[in-house]
Amino acid sequence: MNAQAQNDNPWLHRFILVTAAATFLLLGSGGMVTSREAGMSVPDWPNTYGYNMFLFPVSKWVGGIFYEHTHRLLASGIGFLTTVLAVWLWLRDSRQWMRWLGVLAFVLVALQGVLGGLRVTLHMDRLGIVHGALAQLFFVLICALALFTSRRWSSVAAVYDRRSNSETSATVADRRYKNLRALVFATTVLIFVQLILGATMRHQHAGLAIPDFPAAYGKIWPDTSAAAIARYNADRIEVVSENPITAFQIILQMVHRIVALAVFIGVAVCAWRAHRWSSRFSVSESANNLKVELQLERRLSLFWLALIVVQIILGAATIWSNKAADVATAHVLVGALSLATGALWCLIAFAHPVLRDVGAPGTAPARMGDGPKNAEAVLGAPISGAFGAHPALATNK
Amino acid sequence: MKGAKVSPVFLLIAMLALAPAGRAADIIGTITLKGTPPPEIPITPLMDNPDCAAMHKTAPTTHFYVVGPKGELADVVVSLKGVTGKSTGASAPPIVLDQKGCLYAPQILAIQTGQKLVVRNSDKCIHNVHCTPTVAGNDEHNDAQMPGGADLTYTFPKPEMFLRFKCDVHPWMFAWVSVIDSPYFCVSDTGGKFVIKNVPPGKYTVEADHRKLGSQTQDVEVKDSDVTVNFTFEVK
Repeated sequence: MNAQAQNDNPWLHRFILVTAAATFLLLGSGGMVTSREAGMSVPDWPNTYGYNMFLFPVSKWVGGIFYEHTHRLLASGIGFLTTVLAVWLWLRDSRQWMRWLGVLAFVLVALQGVLGGLRVTLHMDRLGIVHGALAQLFFVLICALALFTSRRWSSVAAVYDRRSNSETSATVADRRYKNLRALVFATTVLIFVQLILGATMRHQHAGLAIPDFPAAYGKIWPDTSAAAIARYNADRIEVVSENPITAFQIILQMVHRIVALAVFIGVAVCAWRAHRWSSRFSVSESANNLKVELQLERRLSLFWLALIVVQIILGAATIWSNKAADVATAHVLVGALSLATGALWCLIAFAHPVLRDVGAPGTAPARMGDGPKNAEAVLGAPISGAFGAHPALATNK
Repeated sequence: MKGAKVSPVFLLIAMLALAPAGRAADIIGTITLKGTPPPEIPITPLMDNPDCAAMHKTAPTTHFYVVGPKGELADVVVSLKGVTGKSTGASAPPIVLDQKGCLYAPQILAIQTGQKLVVRNSDKCIHNVHCTPTVAGNDEHNDAQMPGGADLTYTFPKPEMFLRFKCDVHPWMFAWVSVIDSPYFCVSDTGGKFVIKNVPPGKYTVEADHRKLGSQTQDVEVKDSDVTVNFTFEVK
């Protein structure tokens, strides 16, 4: 039985898509908890005001409790879905590295639950930052699992399966693509750094450290002297409970703005290079699969760029709306989508035959399901081997 | 039997020996604000909550700057700087912090180290009482308090200015409790006035702390009569 027959499980793929959508909702729910300053509104865990979490009366889901309690319930649901997913992958997917990715997803979701609980019981705001960052990684992992179980991914593997003994061609090798791929990876890492910065800002529980944009307290770089900080705090009237502004928080927001600009430039350059590379790349009419892939990557790059533009607008709107909870949460969600988009492009790009061709021309790649050597580097070269040659390699020979 | 006679000279010597070095006096004064503070904001999220809105006709406003018509400034904590280890908190009567109409009352108060702070829920809705000290030795607490639930009691062993209490169920609810290591302190009233009672004679630095406006100090000497010291804060 070939790899496609073993792994082509549309129901598993659909199930993972549902899990990814539910995880996205959970991210939004967690974002609302922080945006509404409701993280500590249920003082106990895993119980809720002394009740079993699942038996807490709906009539008491009021104020901040609503956001925190529904977040816990939704998280429990994701925990259940992830458990089913891990078991399903373990039983039905022939790729050993996929089985272990399922186990990793289960471990991550369990860790997330414990972190969320400890953040409440230990009164540790800093754990909230880890909780938020890990949530983003978990979402990326579920999206990656959805990609790996997709029919498109399987079909690439199946073509490779049939031609596993043939020599590969280096005709599609293009060093420019390798550079693009590196830039996509670097920009994705930068987005993750940006998300950690954002999570750190949000978990200061200090509202807006800088209340204006694009200026900062009316300047390009704000005054962070002790006298200026005292004046900012004196002038600020808080409706909800917020910590006083500090110089650290102001600098943090300035760094967040600068990194946002760097991310925008990075993604814009990626989109431009993807467009340029795909339009200059000469393929024969018979290499339809490659054309489709190039178009896909080009569309993905434009989608990524659109997300970043929306994200910058949402970042500005977060400030202009005085950190309205729904706007700030939308900012978190589009951030998560931006990270996932970059990560998926990385996976697709690193699985592209060019990597192998440039790195080791003519080397026969590993077979699908070859084991842990592939699982050990989800973003690295082993993946390119694991997922085999692109069908275009055959047509370009 | 003839009564024992006591020499007047002996009585005089005994009285002088037993008398304190000087009479305790009060430090009194007025706090004034110069300038126009930023306007207070209506607490609109409160009115979005049906339980809380039912207790108000209109949205209450924040009250960071409680200022009288002539600039009299309330909610300033006045204490003797550097006077520590004099707390009588363990034997002092408890101070009550109430939750009423989904607001803390009062929003600014002061207690001694070791003095009991009783937090009450006078509302018909759930609150969580969450104190977030920043000084090591004062513990963070986050406790549920049901409607009609028992009072919660807290004590803090270390001095700390503006220790925050908040409710995460209703995030607009917050109060600040200053914990002082002596009985010599006062919070200015709506007339801007304060009285620190029964201060022993000596030289002191009087400190006035406002949640938003920072702190000011003045040196005073207490002898055998009340001392007046006034503070003027300024909004720039």
